[in-house]
Amino acid sequence: MHADAVRTGEEARQAAATQLAGARMGFGSLTFSAVSQLLLAFWTIVVIFPFAWMLVTALKADPEILSSPWTLPAALQWDNFSRAWTEAHIGRFFVNTAIVIAGSLMGTLLVSSMAAYALARFNFPGRQVLFYGFIAGLMFPVFLALVPLYFLVNDLNLLATYQGLILVYIAYSLPFTIFFQIMLPLAKPGLIAMGIFNFLGQWNQFLLPLVLMPSEDKYLLSQGLYFLAVQQGYQNDYGALFAAMVITMVPTLIVYILFQRRLESGLTAGALKG
Amino acid sequence: MNYQKYRLIIPFLLPAILLYGVFVVWPYAQAIYISLTSWRGVSGNKPFVGLDNYQRLWEDERFHQALTRNGQLLIVLPLVTITIALTFAALFTQGSQQIRGAGFYRIVFFFPQIIPAVIVGILWSYIYTPNIGLLNGILRAIGPGDVSTSWLTDPKTVLGAIAAVAIWSSVGFYMVIFLASMQSIPTSFYEAAILDGATRWTSFKDITFPLIWETIRTSVIYLAIAALDFFILIVVVSGGSTTMGARRAEVAALYLYNQAFESSHWGYASAIGVVLLILTLFLSLGIMRATRRETYEF
Repeated sequence: MHADAVRTGEEARQAAATQLAGARMGFGSLTFSAVSQLLLAFWTIVVIFPFAWMLVTALKADPEILSSPWTLPAALQWDNFSRAWTEAHIGRFFVNTAIVIAGSLMGTLLVSSMAAYALARFNFPGRQVLFYGFIAGLMFPVFLALVPLYFLVNDLNLLATYQGLILVYIAYSLPFTIFFQIMLPLAKPGLIAMGIFNFLGQWNQFLLPLVLMPSEDKYLLSQGLYFLAVQQGYQNDYGALFAAMVITMVPTLIVYILFQRRLESGLTAGALKG
Repeated sequence: MNYQKYRLIIPFLLPAILLYGVFVVWPYAQAIYISLTSWRGVSGNKPFVGLDNYQRLWEDERFHQALTRNGQLLIVLPLVTITIALTFAALFTQGSQQIRGAGFYRIVFFFPQIIPAVIVGILWSYIYTPNIGLLNGILRAIGPGDVSTSWLTDPKTVLGAIAAVAIWSSVGFYMVIFLASMQSIPTSFYEAAILDGATRWTSFKDITFPLIWETIRTSVIYLAIAALDFFILIVVVSGGSTTMGARRAEVAALYLYNQAFESSHWGYASAIGVVLLILTLFLSLGIMRATRRETYEF
């Protein structure tokens, strides 16, 4: 609420200022704005068109998909979605993902808030070391830890379990979340913003489930979608694959539409300070 | 007092330290040790071989090729992404009036950034597919006929095609960052410049660019790290880590993944990871040093 008010004020100020500048600059401004609109419209098409194509393809029958990328569906194949949900197991993957994300999201917020509170509120020996120790995790590429992590999770009997993946998600979300909660109290990330970031990050995670969830009935969405795409080569159910992609995109899309402003301001604040 | 304090601090910190220590710090530490062994994963016994893996890497032609591809990404990703993002951000801020539909463009441009990489990858793999793909469909529709190629298997195009996907999905993010940075510049600077007869280009070059330099620098480092970590998109777009396309676009992290999870050369794979980590650290430091210039406080 408050963040929006601030932003609108800032935009109004910016608009007024650019107008002032424009009034003085005068010359060539018509060409400038025409060229701008052209470039921006071009990129809009470049961004939207693939998604639109995906949506249309998800409603086409396989022979139509295979004949040309341009044809529109003769009849809308809603059946693609139900096949994706049941036969391609996207429904099960969806539930698996929801279980893991629910646990890891709550865990991440709880564990990192407690740690951030203790680190920010109190002075104690080793505080600096701990803080930089957490932050260092931001620098390290995940794939370096992948091999030992796989064996560690295996040794703990947590391979292909929800709990195992939840714990790993929490652990790997800590550097980012603690960093934001301590460094940017003014950016109003708050629990909600941290929740949004972690939701998107964990929902989109691919590498960790790929390695730590090796049994098919526990697959998460992104991983299941990947195997579905790889198998498509011989199963030839393209319609269901595109429908599965649309289904997987929906939660991200909803979160983005609901929280777009907050997401943008939080991310840019992080990048500007970082 | 002190006792009271620690009774709060310890339980608050303990879960984070435990999880982080067990699942993050310990695996990284182990990776460094494993890189000094010839472990094949079959037994718990890890034969210590010293720096043998590193020496083999030094002579490994395939690793050199992979690093060369990382080097190409290292130039292309920051250069192209930042140029496009900066251009769009400038269009929004350097114009004489507020661009119509600015809010809409921001929402649209930013959108691919938040879409799961797997979806982006699969979607583009079908855009690039020779026969039913969108790109060749467009080329056939507007082009002189047979310009369409199989983008993802031709060694000349495969890495570029996949890098284009990365650029496509991240331009909006960097544009939004540059916009925020540009909008924090006091407008009085521009007013003064206009009075002195500055044109749109000179005011961008002499005011905007130096004042957002810090943001550009941060972005270069982000993108450089992304170029070294590059790998998920290659696997997904080319339909598997061992496909022909993936082999022809193989970068260091993908080589690591294949050595580990396809060939069970855990020791060798870990050595690749350690080299990548060291390269990342040096590269970040190097870029920070090379791009240091006077910063302007305002």
